[in-house]
Amino acid sequence: MSDSPNHIHLKKEILIRLARAFASDDFEESVRLIPFDMRPKGCPVPYRCCIHRERAILRSRVIAGLGFSIESDDERTSLNAYARAALARERPEPEPLTILSDACNGCPPNRIFVTDLCQGCVARPCQSVCKFGAIGMEDGRSVIDPAKCKKCKMCMSACPYHAIAQITVPCEDNCPVSAIQKDEQGLARIDFKKCIGCGKCVSACPFGAVHEKSQLVDLLSKLKKGREVVAMVAPAIVGQFPGTIRQLRTAMLRAGFSDVAEVASGADETSRREAVEFAARMKEGAPFMTTSCCAAYNNLAAIHLPEIRPYVSSTGTPLHYAAERVKKDHPGCTSVFISPCVAKKIEGLADPNVDYVINFEELGALFVALKVEILDCEESAFTVESSKQGRGFGITHGVAAAIGSLAPEAHPCYVNGITKDSVRQLRGFALKGSCPDCNLIEVMGCEGGCVGGNATINKTKVAVKIIGELLAQSEDLKA
Amino acid sequence: MDKLEVKICFGTTCFVMGASGLQELKDIIPAKYHDRVSVAGSLCLGNCYKRSEYSKAPYVEVGGEVVEDATVEKVLAAIDAKLAANER
Repeated sequence: MSDSPNHIHLKKEILIRLARAFASDDFEESVRLIPFDMRPKGCPVPYRCCIHRERAILRSRVIAGLGFSIESDDERTSLNAYARAALARERPEPEPLTILSDACNGCPPNRIFVTDLCQGCVARPCQSVCKFGAIGMEDGRSVIDPAKCKKCKMCMSACPYHAIAQITVPCEDNCPVSAIQKDEQGLARIDFKKCIGCGKCVSACPFGAVHEKSQLVDLLSKLKKGREVVAMVAPAIVGQFPGTIRQLRTAMLRAGFSDVAEVASGADETSRREAVEFAARMKEGAPFMTTSCCAAYNNLAAIHLPEIRPYVSSTGTPLHYAAERVKKDHPGCTSVFISPCVAKKIEGLADPNVDYVINFEELGALFVALKVEILDCEESAFTVESSKQGRGFGITHGVAAAIGSLAPEAHPCYVNGITKDSVRQLRGFALKGSCPDCNLIEVMGCEGGCVGGNATINKTKVAVKIIGELLAQSEDLKA
Repeated sequence: MDKLEVKICFGTTCFVMGASGLQELKDIIPAKYHDRVSVAGSLCLGNCYKRSEYSKAPYVEVGGEVVEDATVEKVLAAIDAKLAANER
């Protein structure tokens, strides 16, 4: 995923500054000063019309970083008050995303558009190819009637001058369930009754206007109070930071966690149970089963795809089993899932054994603020070692391979990323009650698997290679 | 002539702020410059502490010169500039 372009760099910088502010003598005042520290008087204005707008946008990003909704900001409340409220909060806010309307470009609505390149040719292939009669001529050039246009794009491919372009709205186009739409002012809004938390809008918006509400301050408070805080790292964390996963464990202990567990060990439990469930369903004559580890997919099935629900495995997620074990082994501890994506924030809020969810970027910000050099850390061993298959859960094909290793009758197929198309495809399988040449559908919300999550730090390809090296050193899963 | 040395900082700050994406330089540089340029990942070079901190990370050093907000393109441009200067 991440190449760390400017807007992602900005979001990370805010998180680092928040963690540093927390460590300072006066948290509230340091938070208030973040927009001024990032854009001091007289500094160049890199992105917006003026320094005041830049600071206003940074202020909103700080509000999201403190875990609050920017939509409900009245613009009068000081950042000091937000900082105070973040410290006083017992539970994080339920909706995991927020939109920064000041940063939203209010992109022109999605449509097909004839550009100045149109030569007004005699052949007019755009007109003849349009099945909807949407193209007319004005002042010697083609024009499209938006009321008639069905966006089939036939005219785009027919034009010999490539003069017809599609204007896209990245957040809307990438949302698989049409949960993000423009309000009356043309600015993006999320309908949380529809949102499945897949994080596609976060990754898609080039203005960085969609923010995760961070639980970083909640975590920092627990660490400061000296509570026993146990981290549970997603399998996809391998390759997201320098060094080995055992060095990362030591680095996290230095950052203040009391213990670190691999959620891959929970994935082993998921694989064992899901293989048994799969075999039982096949015996009963079910045409296929889908996996259930991706939180975005579980939300998709619950909100938008009632047809698929009977086919979704009822086995718990790797996080579910890992958190259950952590709470048993460390009674009364605070458990924190370290996540590649926003979808798991929704799952974490619903799971009584998961207290907080911090994403990879937020953990990275914590390391930077505390000056933890991962490459300087010794390796330390996990209490529970995970299997090769469990550690491969974060990569597309990994979940089906794990179940297949225990259930040889599995013939998997893969949904590699939830998109408008794959949602249609899944609905089709459910309505038909069959999936061609397949009896196990592995569903990954993100392309490439969890390693492609919205909050990952490394490029998917590089991360997959590094995970592969760890898998080669890991033991096979036992039934 | 001595090889031009390129050091990619894989300290925590640089990695988190974008050096993860610079790992492909380890393949690109030998392919493009052969034995004229050497490239290696490095422990924290300390630029995030010495200079204007993390906001300009990731840092890459090209022949001792620090490239801030480093990208693949910026590093290749810095190498070209250094090689041209060395030839003069």
